[in-house]
Amino acid sequence: MAEKEKLTIVVFSGELDRALAAFMLATTGASMGMDVQMFFTFWGLNIIKKNEGSIKSKGIIRKMLNFMNRGGSKRLKLSKFHMLGLGTWMMKGLMKDINMPSIDEFITMAHEMGVKLIACTTSCGVMGLPEDAFRSEVDSLVGAAYFLGEARESKVSLFI
Amino acid sequence: MKADHSLDCVGLYCPMPIVKTSQKIKELKKGEVLEVVADDKGIKQDMPAWCKSTGNEFLGVEEQGGEIKVYVKKTE
Repeated sequence: MAEKEKLTIVVFSGELDRALAAFMLATTGASMGMDVQMFFTFWGLNIIKKNEGSIKSKGIIRKMLNFMNRGGSKRLKLSKFHMLGLGTWMMKGLMKDINMPSIDEFITMAHEMGVKLIACTTSCGVMGLPEDAFRSEVDSLVGAAYFLGEARESKVSLFI
Repeated sequence: MKADHSLDCVGLYCPMPIVKTSQKIKELKKGEVLEVVADDKGIKQDMPAWCKSTGNEFLGVEEQGGEIKVYVKKTE
């Protein structure tokens, strides 16, 4: 069989709605027989942080950042109408109402379908995120050159 | 249309019917037909596109009321 077509997605944003769009396309791509890689950077790293435990980083500013910007798939907010959590809570209700998977379920599903979840090392460095801040589904930590190498071979490459 | 297997996707929206189809089709033997029952209209365009990408054969759509049945023949 011919080599699989590639789909690469940069996930820069850490909001619930944007994460959903990224995972919908990633899982659909995998269903269509594509080789899918999601490259999480900056706020996008919040999506793949563990939901439990605290994040151990060095230095007061990074500690503050990771306290205020805790992240985790269950803590993501809507980019609009978050309304102190009320809007996000209602949106999650609407999603459940139409049997849409949660971000947590999407991550598990994507991983099971062979989608590669990759974290950007530079963002991890800036934000002081150790490798164990991320969930087990995360495959590796890479740099921009790796991403571009994959992106240039991709049939589709997206930035979300 | 006659099918060898059926997949119930009623109440599910994009991308779940496609994701489930791609999983279900693995259980079929070459030449067998899968019927996917759904109520999200998107499937009428999505399934032919999925078939085109994966090399499976799209056999057609049947609609009754709000229920949409699409048929796929496994060719790979």
